[in-house]
Amino acid sequence: MPLLDVDDVSAGYGEMGVLHHVSLQVREREAVTLLGPNGAGKSTLLKTIFGLLTPSTGRIMFQGREIAGLKPPQLVRRGLSYVPQVENVFPSLTVQENLEMGAFTRQDGVAERLEEVFDLFPALRRKAKQRVGGLSGGERQMVAMGRALMLDPALLLLDEPSAGLAPRLVGLVFETIAAINRAGVALLMVEQNAREALRISQRGYVLASGQVRLEGPGERLLQDEELGRLYLGGRR
Amino acid sequence: MIELLVYGLVLGSIIALGAIGLTLLYGILRFAHFAHGDLMTLGAYVALFLHSDLLPTLGIPEAKLGALSFGWRLLASLVLAMGVTAVVALALDRLLYARLRERRASPVILAMASLGVAFMLRSLIYIVWGPQFLFYSQELRPAWELPLEVRLRPDQVFILAVVLLLALLLYLFLQRTTLGKAMRATADNPQLAWVCGIDIARVTRWTWLLGAALTAAAGVLYGIDAQLRPDMGWSFLLPLFAAVILGGIGSPVGALLGGMILGIVQQVSTEYLAPTYKPAVAFLLLILLLLLRPRGLFGG
Repeated sequence: MPLLDVDDVSAGYGEMGVLHHVSLQVREREAVTLLGPNGAGKSTLLKTIFGLLTPSTGRIMFQGREIAGLKPPQLVRRGLSYVPQVENVFPSLTVQENLEMGAFTRQDGVAERLEEVFDLFPALRRKAKQRVGGLSGGERQMVAMGRALMLDPALLLLDEPSAGLAPRLVGLVFETIAAINRAGVALLMVEQNAREALRISQRGYVLASGQVRLEGPGERLLQDEELGRLYLGGRR
Repeated sequence: MIELLVYGLVLGSIIALGAIGLTLLYGILRFAHFAHGDLMTLGAYVALFLHSDLLPTLGIPEAKLGALSFGWRLLASLVLAMGVTAVVALALDRLLYARLRERRASPVILAMASLGVAFMLRSLIYIVWGPQFLFYSQELRPAWELPLEVRLRPDQVFILAVVLLLALLLYLFLQRTTLGKAMRATADNPQLAWVCGIDIARVTRWTWLLGAALTAAAGVLYGIDAQLRPDMGWSFLLPLFAAVILGGIGSPVGALLGGMILGIVQQVSTEYLAPTYKPAVAFLLLILLLLLRPRGLFGG
């Protein structure tokens, strides 16, 4: 049984359909990348899984239970976490306070979990008392991911974790994501940086116009010609 | 001059207390709460009712507090009035604002609804207590003669002490408790707070409780310093908003400093200009500061 099973899901904003009968799976401890051109519906799919949008068709199963229709506060309690692409931190709070907010629904073990997250992001430990608003883009992304890990989720949804970062930071962010995955957290991430993302993923999906066009192991997708065509579609 | 500075500090601390609540409400609920000044008036009159009617009827005597013009009974009334006003604010939210939020009303609609609440509260106070000036205490208010020709009333020292104490308590609450941090987080990014599983309804309730209690305290303190009038809170509304904007919308520390600055500038200006121009001076300062720092002193 997959950890996450998205089955025949359609969703969108109002009358506008964005996703059309999308099916996708993430297994326990697996890292999966979601690729596709702009407007393909990648972010919409993450938002639908995380309950920010309600699907009009299909089922979403997480750990064997239907989660379509549940809202984010209920989903975080079930072991699902989400890092939005933008505005994913509390800028006027310190690094440590941001992480504590990630553990808001947790009754105990917050201090221990904080230490574990600081072990994953050593750079954050040194800046624990600094306001996040004053940190660099890469550090903010670390805070955002650390915040999402505070509840020790089974599955982490990442929306373009490398977007807007300086090139030299992109590698660091992907290394960190790989470390999170090695620690046992399954990942579903949307990325534009196809090569880097597929390298740390076991599998990938390519979405275009709201439908799954390709899926397979990361290595194979990297060599696929159609991937290049879908990606470069509008620009040739 | 120094005396005006001190008087400005007293006025400023009262503005600050109201402005802190206003800025919290704006930061978390995202609308301009126009009834905040009249909640302040309500707090002052509730304290008057407790101090002059209810508590004496219950046989609680007024034991004088040192050199102050009032005693323990008014202090107790102050604390109780903060509680009563907080409950009124919670009820208003439940009956009115929460329903508008559920219907996804725009911030303008919420602000206009609060303007209606402001008129309602003020009319209610006119009906119950009448338009005349009222006082907590008929005692004489002798002033201490301090060096540098400063005359200071013991009551004013009390007002400053209460404001500083309340501001300190609020600061500790916001910085040290999980709920306080959740309030700041919600003000920063409501969507992310929700995604984190922060109980927004609880945060909203506490914002009303704190905001209303603080503004009620401001009303009582103004009543101690000057007098009670049904339009006192309404006349404070513009300075309150000015303090919020001066300090940076959503920042409690900014509102505290903004209020203090406004109070001092207004009082000191009377050395050079007719007192009628006090509000104009305050707004001139606001315009100048916003030209230099469009987001206010502590704006993000």
